[in-house]
Amino acid sequence: MNLLSHSVLLAAEGTEIPVVAPDTGAGGVFDLLWLVIALPLLGAVLLLGVAPFLPASLRATVDKHGHLLGTATAVASFVLSLVLFLSLLGRDAESRQVGQELWTWFETGSLSVGMDLLYDQLAALFLLLITGVGSLIHVYAIGYMEHDPRRRRFFGYLNLFVAAMLTLILSADFVGLFLGWEGVGLASYLLIGFWQHKPSAAAAAKKAFVINRVGDIGLSLAIALMFATFGTTDFGAVSELTGEADQGTLNALGLLLLLGACGKSAQVPLQAWLLDAMEGPTPVSALIHAATMVTAGVYLVVRSNFVFELAPVAQTAVVVVATVTLLWGAVLGCAKDDIKKALAGSTMSQIGYMMLAAGLGPVGYPFAIFHLLTHGFFKANMFLGAGSVMHGMDDDVNMRHYGALNKAMPVTFLTFAMGYLAIIGFPGFSGFWSKDKIIESALADNLLVGLLAMLGAGVTGFYMTRLMLMTFFGEKRWAKDVHPHESPKVMTVPLMVLAALSVLGGVLLAGDWIVTWLEPVTGHAEHHEPPLPAIVITLLITLVVAIGVAAAWFLVGRRDIPREAPQDVSFATRAARADLYGDAINDAVVVRPGASLVGGLTTLDRVGVDGAVEGGSAAVGGLSTTLRRVQNGFVRSYALSLFAGALLLVLVLLAVNLG
Amino acid sequence: MTQYVVLSAILFTIGCVGVLTRRNAIVVFMCVELMLNASNLAFVAFAKQHGNLDGQITAFFVMVVAAAEVVIGLAIIMTIFRTRRSASVDDASLLKY
Amino acid sequence: MTFWILAPLMVLSALGILFVRKAVHAALLLAVVMISLAFLYAVMDAPFLFAVQIIVYTGAILMLFLFVMMLIGVDASDSVVETIRGQRVMAIVVGLAFGTVLVVGISQVAFGTVVGLDEANAGGNVPAIANILFSKYVFAFEATSALLITAAVGAMVLAHRERLTPKPTQASMAAQRMRDYADHGKHLGPLPSPGVYARHNAVDTPALLPDGTAAESSVSRVLAARGTVRSAPALADDIDDVRRQLGGLDGHSDPTTMPGASGRSGAPANTEEDVDK
Repeated sequence: MNLLSHSVLLAAEGTEIPVVAPDTGAGGVFDLLWLVIALPLLGAVLLLGVAPFLPASLRATVDKHGHLLGTATAVASFVLSLVLFLSLLGRDAESRQVGQELWTWFETGSLSVGMDLLYDQLAALFLLLITGVGSLIHVYAIGYMEHDPRRRRFFGYLNLFVAAMLTLILSADFVGLFLGWEGVGLASYLLIGFWQHKPSAAAAAKKAFVINRVGDIGLSLAIALMFATFGTTDFGAVSELTGEADQGTLNALGLLLLLGACGKSAQVPLQAWLLDAMEGPTPVSALIHAATMVTAGVYLVVRSNFVFELAPVAQTAVVVVATVTLLWGAVLGCAKDDIKKALAGSTMSQIGYMMLAAGLGPVGYPFAIFHLLTHGFFKANMFLGAGSVMHGMDDDVNMRHYGALNKAMPVTFLTFAMGYLAIIGFPGFSGFWSKDKIIESALADNLLVGLLAMLGAGVTGFYMTRLMLMTFFGEKRWAKDVHPHESPKVMTVPLMVLAALSVLGGVLLAGDWIVTWLEPVTGHAEHHEPPLPAIVITLLITLVVAIGVAAAWFLVGRRDIPREAPQDVSFATRAARADLYGDAINDAVVVRPGASLVGGLTTLDRVGVDGAVEGGSAAVGGLSTTLRRVQNGFVRSYALSLFAGALLLVLVLLAVNLG
Repeated sequence: MTQYVVLSAILFTIGCVGVLTRRNAIVVFMCVELMLNASNLAFVAFAKQHGNLDGQITAFFVMVVAAAEVVIGLAIIMTIFRTRRSASVDDASLLKY
Repeated sequence: MTFWILAPLMVLSALGILFVRKAVHAALLLAVVMISLAFLYAVMDAPFLFAVQIIVYTGAILMLFLFVMMLIGVDASDSVVETIRGQRVMAIVVGLAFGTVLVVGISQVAFGTVVGLDEANAGGNVPAIANILFSKYVFAFEATSALLITAAVGAMVLAHRERLTPKPTQASMAAQRMRDYADHGKHLGPLPSPGVYARHNAVDTPALLPDGTAAESSVSRVLAARGTVRSAPALADDIDDVRRQLGGLDGHSDPTTMPGASGRSGAPANTEEDVDK
């Protein structure tokens, strides 16, 4: 099937937007596509749905060994994904869109939604990331959750998440995508609140859920608008029809999709939940809130390229949101003393980079995905490293209580260092290649955005260096009875694998492989020439990062770090510690007006509606109290009224007949 | 014929007033019978007026129904009297507001 | 002519029902109205209804009324005080209005020529009625049979009284009498018969006990309640009268020797025997 013949020509840009038209008859290993989802789903069903109903003795066994099943399904899914990827590599470049129609999910009116799967170059990369990193984190969690009495349930949730995430990625229909989208939301909620005995965890789970619902409203409205406009929600059909829709509809569609992406990917203004989500167990933070789920927004924008390419307003909004978020997250990362929250701020910032790239159009899509993959490696690596540090420090997350851990935990230190070098963009490491490309494209598109992105890179260098220095170098500031030790093999081995990937992730760009690979999905775009030669830009970025690192060295590394956070700090630091007042803004803009509105409506309901209803009933009651006196029990009284009625009837008859 | 119908109306009205004013259940019943008889008179008069016997047949049926009614009514009065020791219709006034 | 005689009678009788206080009188006045009605039926060429009116209404229904009246008390009469406020006034007002409206309304109607029943009654009134009743009105007729049966069953159900205690046997009654005698000293034998005197031999005359007092249990309690029992002093007066009439014939007869001759509580038991001698 020649895909290019199906593409829609965008005259103004000279760019072609490919149409989604999967080959459903590929056969062979592609018929097993559904199994990628079904395996972790089976794990989740067995661990969550079946296990609680087993007899007590059998359940004890399952509780003891259930994590192995959970890990096995994830690994099996990864192996299958790898086979699928290799098979896809074996096909012609132009027939690498494979579909599988499972069944018709539902039909109502003119809307027919099929449970169809779409496996193309984009999905293939995501599948590898999710199942690969997911498997590693499953393995890591075996060690991390070893002493948790509810480990079986934890792995059930992890499997549920993986199944939902794969549904999100593989679905060939926006409704199917929404199913996975809600599934990962549910899994995220369950896992953030996994330690529900902590009120903070329960509150964080609720907060994440509620803010995500705001985004979901955007996505569901987008799907509804899609159905209203195109009469279908299938990727293929929508991508063919977008060319015929008018600009306003497409912009609205794009903005609604962006709202959905903002919720899931913690972009400003729906960013407030991500830092609190760190209440969940660290493997969860690594898998869901760093490597995979939070990047779903990026996936959504890239997957909906056929909408965004024709909706310039929405695309600009994506760039604006992304730029604000990447700086916002970076600033948060500078001020947090909680190692996981610092990393979470960093995650927010890095997703901002991805969104920025995704907002740049076909030029940026491959780099968004590229950065997404490398970020998935190095951020998962760092989160797991942070988990390893916490494991050794008795679950203390305050970096002010760390220091000099490089000796106590050498493996963790070294692997973490790989992730650190990758994220700041040390030349040669994976993050260097991906971030460099994004900033370069941004500069070519818009000078201001590009410069802000470059500034963000410098801040990244600052806060990551600060984190490294506070954790692994300097004086020991440990609590008295803490004895840091290296984590067991089951935790360090995944760290090593991820460290290796963090270092080597850049090979995906070798010979522009990823650009070429994704071109059938994202469309081909002529690169605009950046204002400066590429090598100069690269040097500039490296310089900015070096300045950030040096600043961190002078401000943090050379000073003594107090065990308690100093209070007499600048306004900027205070603001950053308070999440740049994100919660306060939410509270002022949404929560308090909402509460006032509800309070007013309640009063109106009580006084107005209830008053009318109760007044009416009281009036009827009073009237009845008076009228019931007529029912005095004397049959002669009743006869009198009967007789009077007869008199009236006769009078009426006479009036009619004689009158 | 007018005079018969007028007599019938007068008797009917007297019966009505009797039902409304008398309190002894048996007398009330008698007044009901008086009303039935008054209507019978009208039926018979109309039968003669129109020259067919349907009016008389109707009067006959009224008598039958009246007989049945009296039987049941008096039985009810008996029962009430047996339990309440009173034949006044005003005494049976418990079913009220 | 018949009408003008009967009509005022009927109206007066009917009005009487409204005003008489005793239910029996009301029933008798109703009988007058009904019999008069029967005559009016006869005048209006309805001989069958004439008979039925007399047999069913006057004969059966009114008798039933009287029967029930006997059962629940002949003397039951209304008090004149109206208990429901405004009921009587309203009844009269509405009744007058109703009657006026009806009478005025009927007198406004032009009835036209009377067809008369000569033709319809040509083969006799009863066969003509039978012809219509068993052809045109046969279903209604059958329905009335069901109605009558229902009414009969209903009356039986209503009048039926469930026996709550076992029926007393002769043995138990005898035992009860013995118990009463043992506990309260109640007389065991039959009640004494009324007094039998030369001039008085009736159930309202009490017998005299040996001490000259009247035996109250020798007359019916009902008569005692009504106050129609002859008192012993009255009997004594009779004796005195007789003695005065006989005066002088018998030397030893002296009213003053007669114990209790002017007494209030009783008469001497041997007086009459003396007189008879």
